[in-house]
Amino acid sequence: MGLSISVHKKMDGFSLDVEWEMGNELAVLVGYSGAGKSLTLQAIAGLMGPDEGNIRLNDCVYFDSTLKINVPPQKRSFGYVFQDLALFPHMTVNENILYGAKGLDKRESGDALREMISVFHLERLGNNLPSEISGGQKQRVALARALIRRPQMLLLDEPFSALDNPVRREMRKFLLKIRSEFNMPVILVTHDISEAYTMADTMIVYAGGRIVQTGPPSEVFNNPASQEIELLLKSGGLFNYPRIILTAFSKKAAR
Amino acid sequence: MENSILFSLRLSLQVAAVSTVFIVLVGIITAYVLARKDFRGKEVVDMLLTLPMVLPPTVTGFYLIMLLGRNGLLGRPFYELTGLSIMFTWYAAVIASFVVALPLMIKTSRAAMESVDKNFINASYTLGRSELETALKVILPLSKKGIIAGAVLSFARAMGEFGATLMLAGNLPGKTDTMPIAIYSTASSGEWSKANVMVILFTMLSGLFLYLSNKLGKRLI
Repeated sequence: MGLSISVHKKMDGFSLDVEWEMGNELAVLVGYSGAGKSLTLQAIAGLMGPDEGNIRLNDCVYFDSTLKINVPPQKRSFGYVFQDLALFPHMTVNENILYGAKGLDKRESGDALREMISVFHLERLGNNLPSEISGGQKQRVALARALIRRPQMLLLDEPFSALDNPVRREMRKFLLKIRSEFNMPVILVTHDISEAYTMADTMIVYAGGRIVQTGPPSEVFNNPASQEIELLLKSGGLFNYPRIILTAFSKKAAR
Repeated sequence: MENSILFSLRLSLQVAAVSTVFIVLVGIITAYVLARKDFRGKEVVDMLLTLPMVLPPTVTGFYLIMLLGRNGLLGRPFYELTGLSIMFTWYAAVIASFVVALPLMIKTSRAAMESVDKNFINASYTLGRSELETALKVILPLSKKGIIAGAVLSFARAMGEFGATLMLAGNLPGKTDTMPIAIYSTASSGEWSKANVMVILFTMLSGLFLYLSNKLGKRLI
């Protein structure tokens, strides 16, 4: 049970060739910008059609080039948080969250909205426009909107990149708490190595449209598969610390 | 004030209002298709719809006669079916205004729709919303400025339409003489004081319309 993907896509001067799978865990796709991480998320969500491959979540086939199956994004049950959050600027916080409540009747969506407001600490912000709330609050609205109809999986495309460091740290902890509450697989795309290290159950390292290493964060850090990966990991500054401190800095500590 | 002036004024407003209603409906749908869909011949369709903006109105009027005249491509079967002709009626003035002003609506609305951030549209899809729901609840509200601007420009263009209207609807006093046509024929026949009144009235009305539409636009946006 879990997600398995095989995505092959040729674009102008770039080709994405990746195959991997994950269970009910938090997988972090990490790599330099332009490595194909966001493109992979788009393929999973159905926003980009691979040339070849397949995408399966549990028993559902969402894409299969040989069987000619390509389920449109509307019919895929993935919550997606975009890098710029994509909160609709003309809708209030409540309207934004309720927009995600497709398929729920009025009473159900009212109940779900109240639950989201409470889980994501958005009390008294319901009638504000996105332009009237802070970065961390916007972040929580985007998560609430993506989760209100209880998708089977959550896809996060660098959601914390625009936040200040203290808010970012707070949001990382919050995300781990949300994941355990909602109990669903999560894919987080980031090029922030320390974020990947502190949050991942599994790290999937991308470079040039391919996967260069997969494994638990401690394994990836202790045994980088190539000099290229070591350089990437060093760019996060974590190699400046002794290994023992790194272990303390791991996901359990973040929790 | 002379009844003929009042008639022309009322007819101009009526023609502009009716044509703008159709322009907004057709313009929004056409702009959406051009902005969001890829199909063969898309740029040719865009070029054909935009042509009336650059062609002399008399040329557009000539094409409309070829199309809608009693012996025209559509005009003939329509006449044979109903015994009616569109030419030389106020409907003809509406059609002429529609064709000439439609490109303004399409251009401004299309530009506004194309500038909607793709992530908003993708976010709507990943939240389970259909293309129609996304168009109505995300794309159109976020293109509101361009759509309002297009409607205002189209109304103004329809109010001032002269050449194509003259070709298709003619200059029938008390029937098809909109303000621009009435001003032309009054000035041509040397009735300068009457033409003066009409010109001042038309200018004031256009100014008032622009002022009100700006105010309304600011409130809506």
